[in-house]
Amino acid sequence: MSKSTLLNIDQPMAPSKASILSIEHLYKSFGNNKVLIDFNLELEKGENVVVLGKSGSGKSVLIKCIIGLLTPNAGKIKMFENNIPDISNEVLDKIRAKVGFLFQSNALYDSMTVRENLEFPLRRHWISVTQQQVNSMVEEALEEVGLTHTIDSMPAELSGGMRKRIALARTLILKPAIILYDEPTTGLDPITAKEIINLMIKIRNRYSTTSLIISHDMNCVRLASSRVVMLLDGRCYANGTYDQLAKETDSKVKQFFE
Amino acid sequence: MVTSYSSSLKIFLREAGDIARFTRRFFSQWFRPRYEIAELLRQCFVIGYQSLPLVGLTAFILGLVLTIQLRPSMEDYGVAAQLPAIVGIAIIREIGPVIVALIFAGKIGSSIGAELGSMKVTEQIDAMEVSGTNPFKYLVVTRVLAATLMLPILVLLGDCVSLYGSWIGVNIRGNTSFYLFWTQVFNNITFSDVLPAFIKSYFFGFAVGVIGSYKGFKSNKGTEGVGRSANSAVVVSSVVIFIIDLLAVQVTDVLGLN
Repeated sequence: MSKSTLLNIDQPMAPSKASILSIEHLYKSFGNNKVLIDFNLELEKGENVVVLGKSGSGKSVLIKCIIGLLTPNAGKIKMFENNIPDISNEVLDKIRAKVGFLFQSNALYDSMTVRENLEFPLRRHWISVTQQQVNSMVEEALEEVGLTHTIDSMPAELSGGMRKRIALARTLILKPAIILYDEPTTGLDPITAKEIINLMIKIRNRYSTTSLIISHDMNCVRLASSRVVMLLDGRCYANGTYDQLAKETDSKVKQFFE
Repeated sequence: MVTSYSSSLKIFLREAGDIARFTRRFFSQWFRPRYEIAELLRQCFVIGYQSLPLVGLTAFILGLVLTIQLRPSMEDYGVAAQLPAIVGIAIIREIGPVIVALIFAGKIGSSIGAELGSMKVTEQIDAMEVSGTNPFKYLVVTRVLAATLMLPILVLLGDCVSLYGSWIGVNIRGNTSFYLFWTQVFNNITFSDVLPAFIKSYFFGFAVGVIGSYKGFKSNKGTEGVGRSANSAVVVSSVVIFIIDLLAVQVTDVLGLN
């Protein structure tokens, strides 16, 4: 059987002019546990790439290396013309202001109201805005996710789906150029998961954001991706559109699409 | 058996080393900008002001019970008139600072350990970092400083409430005026009774803040880990309070303040 051109993408793709994120030969291990081995990925402006992989395959580690929460052992992560592992904290903070991150667990601050949760990134990134502008930005972000009435609620008073939408609103508030989604539909019922996926698509269309989505939810992969990268054994195992990979005969790829 | 002791010793030494490194990190960061003044003031309110009722109640009971318990023995020796002086010295030199510090460790140490532990396992600390905030400065430095600054004030107030409880205790079976009671207390207290007790309270507060924060920051294994962090923050802080007390008495002895 001839090997598919979609499989075993060990060489980094040549960065295009529109490349917004470029990962080259990324290695990350924890002690003897090698999580990412020579991982490569290219993300162009406007693309919506889903990184698909089994639980424990290193997807969350990858996304945390991209945002600088983890430092890789080797390799380059170029974002906005900076190599993330090499830059100072000050530069990293400036880059983070352009990148939204939706955490798997939502990571809403328990001790703050919804309003304070949304205001937090605005205040911390030293963005010079008046209180009036802050209020209107918070309201706009909440309108976007359809939860303006929860503005003075505490996160503990909200349902799982609502918390996810508030987390998405907090991600949106700085109008990021890239949004990184870490398992956006994990732990949600199918109906709420579909609502979140639709919201992600709506946000992408309205703000022309580029997205990198970590997921193993095939519904999310099908609906939200313009391209799918399959992470297996720390490597980029397959790369193509959803339809291309769905037709792939390789057993390791097939097991996700069956 | 020997292996078990040896592995326990290794764990103890590793933990002590980690706490020392954590403390060094505190000193390397606490005076560098950006200063988290608003959060420090909020923590002073939470850690100091909100601990007042508990500290006040326990200190009052302590003074009252100590006086009632001491009275029969002092009457047997014919020195009942010295009761305010003896109780005053005992409370100000030793019992006040240590008991208030132990109450403080139980309330604040566990609360810091649980709060930071819960923030760690729900990725709130990561979210803070992504929002352009140094979580160590925002969460740890502010809590350690607040604990260090607030405990001596609580000890002073606790001493006063405790002596008030003692005055009530004296008057259960006697008739001593408030003025006479305080005159007897202060006539027998010197600067060298108050100062070492006040200074060691800063060390107690610092230890509770550092150990609570360390336990919370190092929390893992989900909610079970959070409970363990809170519990071990109290246990370790309490032991460290006694060790500091032991060292303080040696220092004051060498300095001729005993």
